[in-house]
Amino acid sequence: MAYNHKVELSKPERFAPGHRLCAGCGAGIVCRGITRALDEGDKAVICNATGCLEVSSFLYPYTAWEDSYIHSAFENASAVCGGVEAACKALQKKGRLNEEYKFITIGGDGGTYDIGFQSLSGAMERGHDMVYFCYDNEAYMNTGIQRSSSTPRFANATTTPVGTESLGKKQEKKDLTVIMAAHNIPYVAQTTFIGNFKDFHEKAHRAIYTPGPAFVNVMAPCPRGWQYSAELLPQICKMAVETCVWPLYEVVEGKWMLSYEPKKKLPVEEFMRLQGRFKHCFKPGNEWTIEAAQDYVDRKWAELLARCSQS
Amino acid sequence: MSIRERLSGNEAIATAMRQIDPDVFAAFPITPSTEIPQYFAQYVADGKVGTEYVTVESEHSSMSTCIGAAAAGARAVTATSSAGLAFMYEVLYVAASSRLPITLACVNRTLTGPININNDHSDSMGARDAGWLQIYAENNQEAYDNYLQAMRISEHPSVRLPIMICQDGFITSHAVENILLEEDAAVKKFVGEYRPEHALVGRDHPLAVGPYDSCPFCMEHKVMQAEAMKNAKKVILDVAADFEKTFGRKYGFFEEYRMEDAEVALVLIGSTAGTAKACVEKLRAQGVKAGLVKIRVFRPFPMEELAQALKNVKAVAVMDKSEGYSGCGGPLFAETRSACYDLPDPPKMIDVVYGLAGRDCAVEDIEKVYRHLLRIMETGDVGPRYIHFGQRSNQQEVL
Repeated sequence: MAYNHKVELSKPERFAPGHRLCAGCGAGIVCRGITRALDEGDKAVICNATGCLEVSSFLYPYTAWEDSYIHSAFENASAVCGGVEAACKALQKKGRLNEEYKFITIGGDGGTYDIGFQSLSGAMERGHDMVYFCYDNEAYMNTGIQRSSSTPRFANATTTPVGTESLGKKQEKKDLTVIMAAHNIPYVAQTTFIGNFKDFHEKAHRAIYTPGPAFVNVMAPCPRGWQYSAELLPQICKMAVETCVWPLYEVVEGKWMLSYEPKKKLPVEEFMRLQGRFKHCFKPGNEWTIEAAQDYVDRKWAELLARCSQS
Repeated sequence: MSIRERLSGNEAIATAMRQIDPDVFAAFPITPSTEIPQYFAQYVADGKVGTEYVTVESEHSSMSTCIGAAAAGARAVTATSSAGLAFMYEVLYVAASSRLPITLACVNRTLTGPININNDHSDSMGARDAGWLQIYAENNQEAYDNYLQAMRISEHPSVRLPIMICQDGFITSHAVENILLEEDAAVKKFVGEYRPEHALVGRDHPLAVGPYDSCPFCMEHKVMQAEAMKNAKKVILDVAADFEKTFGRKYGFFEEYRMEDAEVALVLIGSTAGTAKACVEKLRAQGVKAGLVKIRVFRPFPMEELAQALKNVKAVAVMDKSEGYSGCGGPLFAETRSACYDLPDPPKMIDVVYGLAGRDCAVEDIEKVYRHLLRIMETGDVGPRYIHFGQRSNQQEVL
């Protein structure tokens, strides 16, 4: 059935209002989008890595989650989810559980690209029937905007500050989506919030309803870390896609497929100029940083196109 | 009817696991506990259990998998040693504070470093404040029997805490000894089924586990956890009583060996008790009133009961098989000495740290400790209260 935004938004909310996430935060949008992608009546268990989302959505004695939810630590959300899934299989086999559940893990880039990477890689390799959603806001936002391996080059973060000898982060962003595709799992996708959420919704639904392990990387901007005014969130996501900084694509059973190709690929500065974290790149004398950022995006985009055309 | 067998400690634990048929086993190998997941893998391969066997990529993930599985309402187990237990450290606390009755077979091995695969108790002693119940075994039979009692203690509604069933690496885990096994059906009946009141799945209401616990609530939850640890004392004795009624073998917080009129006594944990018992018999034959207290339950610590057991003793040596690096003695010494503080006439007490990283301890060694206690008793001079024993030394006699 074709995606209908109005119909999807009329579903009962499974991520309730009242959580403490900031206005303009991408994480809450991710959670609403994921739970909306569950077919009505289908049950789920949500596992969550420590981070902004966890400390903002489940503060004793309140929870924003209408589904069963478990958080235990920063680096182990995938292993916990694998444990829940294994438990359900055992209980079903032994006749002590009749219902079916969907198993969903959500983590930020810190809990996914970095400290939780081993746990994620292990759970995916073992083939648990689960989906890992990364809400990628490109730094450790919960502890106050420290760089992660997902932080892009030149971004100003509190552990890669701009100074007389520094132009922000020195390293390029780790390409986790490609790494997860290399795990040869049934479904990998990259998405963000575009237009009426069709791309995000369809990928989340496909991931949840694909048997076996799946990974979805969602660019989820952070107004504090990226330094933008909350109402600019849709514009930033749009520019991330139109500049090919964050291409939308899927890898289904090893087949690479581009979800969207900009008619005219915009220069990367259209994405960067919206955000205070790249402000220093626009100062006279620092033009080379924007050129370097453009070169990197061009190279990664060419690689992706090649993968998709070869598939 | 009990079944006569000859098994290593590891196989005894694996056998108990097979008989119980837990829902989830999270497996990661580390010497000397590796055989437990190996034996169990064969049970899975041969269809002898219905367990989901999850071959995780680390011990951190094995405990995390157990946490997820237990929160889902399943009986979750794992086994580990040494650095494996240390790698779980963070999530051991999470398991306990989330009140998840996970069973961990700990095959005690010294903690790295330097790296060494042999036995001492530094791994589980390092986790003594993690909120886990800890029960130790002298031999294979006790390891097996403790494992059969573990789940009924940890799953009890007044407890709901995870439990470590400890045995000495290699000495117990790899030595093949005679053992009495119980029949599968009798074990299943004794252990019973696990039906927790709350779970992530299969209940009318969803469940949320692992909140950010803010200042107005967090201390209350920690106090509840502390109360649960205290509650465990009664449950441990109740389960032991039922175990004795069902299978005929008697257990308590500790075993008192020839303590009825003992003037000098050792307090220790684990397989060294067998050696010490032989020494007690030798000394008793010479008219020495020697006794032994073998601690079985270290968490919760049986403080009042231990004080009662030691109240008439003149001189006590606590034998610590781990170095706490406190500068003033090992963990068993700290607990035992504290336990005796309220006695009107407490015994003279020293700490003997021994057997680190597998350093052997023979009957003659134990005898030296008893002789030292006799000198203390006769002279009234305790001398140094914290000594290491069994290491090479420039001195002829360390004791």
